[in-house]
Amino acid sequence: MPKPKVAFYWCASCGGCEETVVDLAEDILGVVEKVDIVLWPVAMDFKYKDIEAMPDKSIVATLLNGAIRSTEQEEMARLLRRKSVYMIAYGACAHLGGIPGLANQFSREQLLKFVYEDAPSVVNEQKTRPQTKSPDNGREPTLPALHNVVRSLDQVVDVDYYVPGCPPTPKITKAAVTALLENRLPPKGSVIAPDIALCDECPRKATKPTNVSFTEFKRPHQKLMDPALCFLAQGIVCMGPATRSGCEAACTCGGMPCTGCFGPTSRVRDQGLKIMSSLAANVAPKDEGEIQKVLAGIPDPIGTFYRYGLAKSLVRRRVDLPPR
Amino acid sequence: MSDTAKTADAAWTPRIVAFFCNWCTYTAADLAGVSRMKHASNVRIIRLMCSGRVDPQFVMDALARGADGVLIGGCHPNDCHYVEGNYKCLRRYQMLKRMIADMGIEPERLRLEWISAAEGEKVKRVINEMVDQVQKLGPLGLPQKFQDWDCEMEQFAHHVEAADAAQGAPTCGHGQPQKMETAHA
Repeated sequence: MPKPKVAFYWCASCGGCEETVVDLAEDILGVVEKVDIVLWPVAMDFKYKDIEAMPDKSIVATLLNGAIRSTEQEEMARLLRRKSVYMIAYGACAHLGGIPGLANQFSREQLLKFVYEDAPSVVNEQKTRPQTKSPDNGREPTLPALHNVVRSLDQVVDVDYYVPGCPPTPKITKAAVTALLENRLPPKGSVIAPDIALCDECPRKATKPTNVSFTEFKRPHQKLMDPALCFLAQGIVCMGPATRSGCEAACTCGGMPCTGCFGPTSRVRDQGLKIMSSLAANVAPKDEGEIQKVLAGIPDPIGTFYRYGLAKSLVRRRVDLPPR
Repeated sequence: MSDTAKTADAAWTPRIVAFFCNWCTYTAADLAGVSRMKHASNVRIIRLMCSGRVDPQFVMDALARGADGVLIGGCHPNDCHYVEGNYKCLRRYQMLKRMIADMGIEPERLRLEWISAAEGEKVKRVINEMVDQVQKLGPLGLPQKFQDWDCEMEQFAHHVEAADAAQGAPTCGHGQPQKMETAHA
């Protein structure tokens, strides 16, 4: 019997998700033994036309990481969707838009101007910018166009499963791959991680006060933090209560608060608003001015509460930007 | 802009979603009703047990689904039926105002008012003021914005389809671009 075909692809991502596949260490040998990898741009040499030539649904699963923000990424997402039985959004960017999703606070013109003209390390006196078409000796090479909006994978194609995390842990990855190979798949649309908040597996849980009450918010670099005490008890924003568990509390064990990369649990639609609701409600003062002073300790609520989830939030993008 | 869109704009009136608490503001709205007070009819009132029940997700969802403004009404400070609910609402409201401003939405589209069960007159005044305010700001129109944003994907799908056809490649799938998922999928 031929081995099931699997594809890995990356879109707007940093490469950390690819690293996790490698972090499976010797376990990857077991995976490679059981599957036939047909596409993996970061590690192996296959051509897009090989994929185009395959019959539809001939790939069992595509694990796609990264957000969708260029025409090339969108085209590949659609192509791989067509060729695959299961499309799996792998990692926070494909799942929620991720860090690239924060670009939804700016217009395409603002982004291009900063990157090609204003960034401190850029020298570009002619103000050259990449063009989608540039004639060159009678040939006309093309480049993908940048979309105005950064999207999560499921805002572009139908997604069967989500493997969360920035990056997903080897353990979560292994669970997903095993479920796939053994055909023990959860209902379509599931996020393959426990459906309970991170606090559940956080070693600091016992020190979480029953009644959290904030008299000030401090950012991690502004305070000498107690290594064993719940971050919320120390007045530090921790996304744990609004974030899915499954990472084995990697950040809180490492001395940093949760930033929310596993996304919300299934009962929450908008992760950023949910944690804001919880934190703001527990501010101690009752007087308008005093409340404002405490909340000023969170200078960038969008970047803090939507660190990974802006593209997938209820409003998705800053609404006063030009659509095209 | 097409002519039909222009007419639609001229006929536009604000659509406001109001979250009123059961014990004070909703009762006040009831009082305004039985007292036959007239106020602008642009407000859809949703009764909740407490202003502390107003999840910021409700507010954003209302805006994302086409509301032009959101009004929240609760009991006066120290009057909350559940002791602290209105304070929780106030704190969330202050942060939510900052967040919607950061998302490019005018903070004036969101308003919180304390209205006791006896203040039917205040319900009328606040609703009229809010309708005037939002009328000045104009439509927010998020559902239309979401559609406009996703145009770039539809245009691209057509472009790929044309390129495939030119190369004689099979056009499977591209003929009917997959339905764009929106924020509410």
